[in-house]
Amino acid sequence: MTLDPVLLSRVQWAWVVAWHILLPAFTIGLASYIAVLEALYLFTSRQIWFRISGFWIRILAVSFGMGVVSGIIMPFQFGTNWSRFSDAAGDVVSPLLAYEGLMAFFLEASFLGVLLFGRRLVPSWAHFFAALMVAFGTLLSSFWILATNSWMQTPQGYKLVDGRFEPVDWFAIVFNPSFPYRFLHNVTAFYITTAFVVMGVGAWLLRRARATDDARMMIRMALDLLIILVPLQMFLGDQHGLNTLEYQPAKLAAIEGRYDTAQPAPLTLFGIPDDAAATMRYAIEIPYFGSLILTHSWNGVIKGLKEWPMDQRPPVAPPFFAFRVMVGIAFIMLFVVALGQVLRLRGQLWNSVWYLRLCQWVAPLGFVAVIAGWTTTEVGRQPWTVYGLLRTADSVSPSLTGADVVLSLACYVVVYLIMFPTGIAFMAGLVRRGPQEEEFKPEIIESGLPNRPFENAARAATDS
Amino acid sequence: MVLDLVPVWTALLALAVFYYVVFDGFDLGVGILYGFVRTEADRRTVMNSIAPVWDGNETWLVFGGLGLLVAFPLAFAIIIPAVYFPILIMLLALVFRGVAFEFRFKQGALRRFWDGAFCGGAIVATFAQGVVLGAFIQGFKVSGRHFTGTSFDWVGPFPLAIGLALIFGYTLLGAGWLVLKTEGNLQHWARRVGTVCLMLVMAAILGVSIWTPMLHGEIAQRWFSWPNIAFLSPVPIITALIAIGEWYALKHQHEFMPFLGAIGLFLMSFVGIAISLWPMIVPYHYTLWQAASSPSTQAFILIGTLFLLPIILMYTAWSYWVFRGKVSETLGYH
Repeated sequence: MTLDPVLLSRVQWAWVVAWHILLPAFTIGLASYIAVLEALYLFTSRQIWFRISGFWIRILAVSFGMGVVSGIIMPFQFGTNWSRFSDAAGDVVSPLLAYEGLMAFFLEASFLGVLLFGRRLVPSWAHFFAALMVAFGTLLSSFWILATNSWMQTPQGYKLVDGRFEPVDWFAIVFNPSFPYRFLHNVTAFYITTAFVVMGVGAWLLRRARATDDARMMIRMALDLLIILVPLQMFLGDQHGLNTLEYQPAKLAAIEGRYDTAQPAPLTLFGIPDDAAATMRYAIEIPYFGSLILTHSWNGVIKGLKEWPMDQRPPVAPPFFAFRVMVGIAFIMLFVVALGQVLRLRGQLWNSVWYLRLCQWVAPLGFVAVIAGWTTTEVGRQPWTVYGLLRTADSVSPSLTGADVVLSLACYVVVYLIMFPTGIAFMAGLVRRGPQEEEFKPEIIESGLPNRPFENAARAATDS
Repeated sequence: MVLDLVPVWTALLALAVFYYVVFDGFDLGVGILYGFVRTEADRRTVMNSIAPVWDGNETWLVFGGLGLLVAFPLAFAIIIPAVYFPILIMLLALVFRGVAFEFRFKQGALRRFWDGAFCGGAIVATFAQGVVLGAFIQGFKVSGRHFTGTSFDWVGPFPLAIGLALIFGYTLLGAGWLVLKTEGNLQHWARRVGTVCLMLVMAAILGVSIWTPMLHGEIAQRWFSWPNIAFLSPVPIITALIAIGEWYALKHQHEFMPFLGAIGLFLMSFVGIAISLWPMIVPYHYTLWQAASSPSTQAFILIGTLFLLPIILMYTAWSYWVFRGKVSETLGYH
């Protein structure tokens, strides 16, 4: 058996980035939520906003800390495992990554400290301003990361010199064709993910009759946001799909599970893809619907993967199934949210215990959808790192052997399996503690270390 | 005419690396010393002395890494895969140290484990960084634009010796920091440990100064040919003077001097390495200019850096100011 350093490096990348992405997915949504709560507190001075905000700030602290720790690993992956990519594309992508790093650190070093520990040290407008800046900063961070990713998917604004990408037009590089869609689709996904967590936590508190006013408010706010964002996300996803059809048709063919070009194309609901035989087995199809959804006409052409040579096709199964998981979750979410609104209109929301339990069950679904969507887009763009221009196989560090990567991957697996469950347990502990009448105790403020979010929250958790 | 930004980026990268080495160096050194402190009260004091600052310090590692990637992508693409395992070990050790910092405050049976992880993580991370430096000075197998050696080329006497030397170096920095931040018995202990480390560090500096020119003829040529030897003689002389001053400061009642002296020794070593390798960024293969990214790339990121870096530095300075003075076991952090 030979170990393939390319495949193993991809697995390692997937492992470290998949864990990492969960934290921004939560942190970005939470930071904006906290900014809204702080604004409400500033303008109404009602204690409930203060309590809810304080509760989520403690959880944000842990989440942010873990995001930083797992984020330090990431830039080094470009060098250890993907050195040929770094050499070829470094001139274009590295400043985008560096901007992300600068912004994240700038944020961590300044406003986050005020937000986490400054409640009693600064006036409430300043505290609100810090919350706003943290929310803005997390969005800026994702702006740069997604610009990097989008450029790799739909590159432009460069010139090729001896097989290396050189920047020509920075505006074109940053605002490349897939970037606006990817950015909006991701940020909306992060907001939805967080809102479902907030709703689930609210439901949990309510079922235990803990901090019931706060819990109800969390559920109400989440439902109001979600009834707008979930349908909006479906629209954005559709737009993103059309963009993919235009710029990455092979990825779209894989998502659709379409090997043969068809006009009109049916919509394949389910099937078992067979890449070797280039056919979809046991396909369940709805005639015309593929064309309708993707070209918005009854008779649109959808290209099949057979239009591309074998060595330029992505594997079908991962994007095909991951996409269906993501879309399936979207419909479940829509159903849950619509149901919640109906119950609320009828005034039955607070005593429908079964619905509160449902909210708890669906709380983690956003994370699953984020990972599924990410799998769809990242496996779907194979076999390229820079789409159509630089192959994944030509991006990996030439010195690596399969055994090297097996060893490093095993280390990452072990350490992450210790670190993440422990961190998640901390956050669960903070949730169990629930919203508190008292904000942070003074001695913690005294230790108000701008750079110490994780530990203080951890301590807050263990004190209880 | 495009402005040559390579000197600017060389200076910025040198600053980032030196800042990281001194600042995370001292808190890693304190982490190493932590393992040798006997009483729980002293351990807490030691921990408190770096609690407010260590993770801000660690972030400079990312600045160093990203700085290398953004300004000299070719160097990044050659050096980082060559030290694949030292980088892996360093990153995971740093993760462990960071996590241990948080989790040791959970009372209970696991405290001993996290104590060990804290000290062990610091030792392993330091050693790995020394190995990276040693492998860097030793040079890499390069063909074209790629590293073509194996992932175990760093296993050799020179890199491993540098790894060991850096442990003493960081411990000296850590001891200097403890002298500054603690009092009484603990401070006295830090002075004694510092003295031992100083001797080991000076032996290491002497050893490396002889060993490095033996690795490459060009380096020997640079240092020992006339008139270079005259121009460069201040480097060893100043280093020796700082060492004597450091010895004196550790023996007497100076509070701040031991830390400053340790930084001085690091600065002189840094200068020594820079003189040996200049103008190479991938030693013996590519110069800073050959490995540089395009002027457009360097300019694009420089704009943001010049705007954000001063704010970050001012903020950092302010937080050190806030936590100035002696720490104690109870007051302050925990």
